Amino acid sequence: MLHIINKSPFENNSLLSCLRVASAAKGHAILFIEDGVYGVMQGTAVEKSVRDAMANMAVYALNPDLEARGVQGRVMDGVKLVDYDGFVDLVAEHDNVQSWL
Amino acid sequence: MSEEMDMDEGGTVKKFMFVNRKAPYGTIYALEGLEVVLISAAFDQDVSLAFLDDGVYELVKGQNTKAVEMKNFSSTYRALEGYDIEKLYVERESLEARGLSEGDLLVDVQILSAAEMGEMMAAQDVVISF
Repeated sequence: MLHIINKSPFENNSLLSCLRVASAAKGHAILFIEDGVYGVMQGTAVEKSVRDAMANMAVYALNPDLEARGVQGRVMDGVKLVDYDGFVDLVAEHDNVQSWL
Repeated sequence: MSEEMDMDEGGTVKKFMFVNRKAPYGTIYALEGLEVVLISAAFDQDVSLAFLDDGVYELVKGQNTKAVEMKNFSSTYRALEGYDIEKLYVERESLEARGLSEGDLLVDVQILSAAEMGEMMAAQDVVISF
């Protein structure tokens, strides 16, 4: 299953809810887009939560959204960057998608 | 002479603070707030900008919106000086929670603690929030 996060982790609790639910089971992946990409930056208050989740799940971030926000050089190790085509591939590869709006 | 004319010739200068608390591209708040700040420059008031919470992301260096095909308005913050808007305050706690420091910002700002920011806000005549 693919989870999509599009809100800043400091704006609401969607990221932490997603990690709580998804990282407890196997076979989940998470894609950070729009303001959600702030969640994969190094040195933030949520870095440890995301790192812990990465032990269990694949983590992706949409590179155009990182570039727009000037944070493409500050992404945590282990996060895979995708472009819009990669976004489409991820949606197609997974059986279903949950958007944590 | 009409009242409007009196205002044009001076009148009272008030302290206006624009409070920015949203990241730049996920919503329209940051851009619209900046437009209002630019309009306010025409009224010769004592204008300041405060950046806290996700608003600090508006000032991060190196924004490149080519691939998302949106307007990159980050350079406008550097142009505010030309409109005599030179008081930019950033809350230290908001930067630290996001792994950012003053050197990551694209314009000269004054870094304030949360308490100092609270005092600065309380000293305003008008506070407008985005």
